[in-house]
Amino acid sequence: MKLNNDALFEQDVEALIREIHAQYGYDFSGYARASVYRRIKRFLSQKHLNSLDDLRKGLFSDSFFFENFLQEVTVNVTEMFRDPTFFLSLRTNVLPILSTYPFIKIWDAGCSTGEELFSLAILLKEEGLLDRTKIYATDINQKVLKQAKEGIFSATNMPAYTSGYYAAGGKQEFSSYYRSNYGSAKFDSSLVKNVVIYPHNLATDSSFNEFHLILCRNVLIYFNRELQERVFRLFDESMVSLGYLGLGKKETLAMSGISSNYNLVDKSNRIYRKAN
Amino acid sequence: MAAASNVIVIGGSWGGIQASLTILKNLPANYSIPIILVLHRLRTTEGNLQEVFGKRLALKAVEIEEKEALLPGYVYLAPANYHVLIEKDHTFSLDDSELENYSRPSIDVTFTSAAEVFKDRTIGILLSGASKDGSSGLKYIFEKRGTAIVQDPEEAEIDTMPLAAIHSIPGCSVLNLEQIQAFLLSLHDH
Ligand SMILES: C[S@@+](CC[C@H](N)C(=O)[O-])C[C@H]1O[C@@H](n2cnc3c(N)ncnc32)[C@H](O)[C@@H]1O
Repeated sequence: MKLNNDALFEQDVEALIREIHAQYGYDFSGYARASVYRRIKRFLSQKHLNSLDDLRKGLFSDSFFFENFLQEVTVNVTEMFRDPTFFLSLRTNVLPILSTYPFIKIWDAGCSTGEELFSLAILLKEEGLLDRTKIYATDINQKVLKQAKEGIFSATNMPAYTSGYYAAGGKQEFSSYYRSNYGSAKFDSSLVKNVVIYPHNLATDSSFNEFHLILCRNVLIYFNRELQERVFRLFDESMVSLGYLGLGKKETLAMSGISSNYNLVDKSNRIYRKAN
Repeated sequence: MAAASNVIVIGGSWGGIQASLTILKNLPANYSIPIILVLHRLRTTEGNLQEVFGKRLALKAVEIEEKEALLPGYVYLAPANYHVLIEKDHTFSLDDSELENYSRPSIDVTFTSAAEVFKDRTIGILLSGASKDGSSGLKYIFEKRGTAIVQDPEEAEIDTMPLAAIHSIPGCSVLNLEQIQAFLLSLHDH
């Protein structure tokens, strides 16, 4: 069989994925391919590399270069109060129920640079729950986690985040949560005093605790069905009965094997609750 | 249902909703080729595009869900704030990465992805719009020997997008909406 360029590229990417797994332990075999191909092509052109072979050489001789690559293949785009109605729904439908627990544990899986984490913390604070909540914020990517810890976001985004905050039912002056400084906004670190941030790979790592609420938004879209199923099982194992699961706007539990044990709390905001 | 052998991808921006309604309104409910529609919209509007199209077309209009399979008889609408990609098994993937040409969804992203999977069986149509998005994707379709159609700039509400495409793809077909409509009907496999 004669392989055209596309088929060759795809074949080489498969080989690269296997090598990365062997060498660095990151398993991308369950990632949706269309996006992986696109990210790799984009990385090649950004780095002015001509071939996958040049990429290979770079990846396996230079771990900084690999970190760079990891950043690029895993999409880290995020914002505060993304889909404000989701946060509004958490505030009105979920937090009142969680407030009946003496102690609340939340997992923010795939938290990226922390915008989602700080949004959540602000909500908890305003609902009077922050002091008895522990949030575990995880991501595959160590570099974004370092940023998440700092809570420093670009000041140019504050107008958009401010309207997101109010649309999510914000009760204070949004600007009371941060200090502006040279084009950036540093968020109040007391918001995250009960937060643990650490690396966790949804593709390979196991359950590490039990939670009342798990958020995993805009991460599953990058996975194939099989890997999605693994992650759903992981969440199910990590969920107390009657716990809540919040997904991204275009993600669904419907096709999953665990779906029969979950009820939709808010269809348009993709919030589910475990039955028992 | 058998997997589709080809695909129609349509991109538009300003003026694109009206133009795409015009070319799609006469297609029968059992139209044999799946249609993907990428329209720019205001970042903040949720939009009831699905309703707008659903009311006016015989085809079923649905907002794309990730992992959904492409089927004939449907117009698939790109959701706001996500890029739309197509997998080799003819299912959709969504991607919330950086804007392309200041847009998400970006027409270039979907056109390119469609051509990667459907190759010369890709039919790309670029309509009215005040953007440069779509040209390089349509060019990619053309290079894969697919069909590259651009709305006649004379007729387009805003001609920036058609003109940019004609400029970068001298071999593309420039057609008015009526001609595009007739062409699409001629592709229908009874
Ligand atoms: C598009 S961001 C979403 C951020 C945030 N949840 C939101 O919705 O705005 C996706 C995040 O998932 C992370 N990610 C990708 N693969 C992962 C994996 N296997 N395990 C954990 N996190 C992963 C990426 O590093 C990235 O930070």
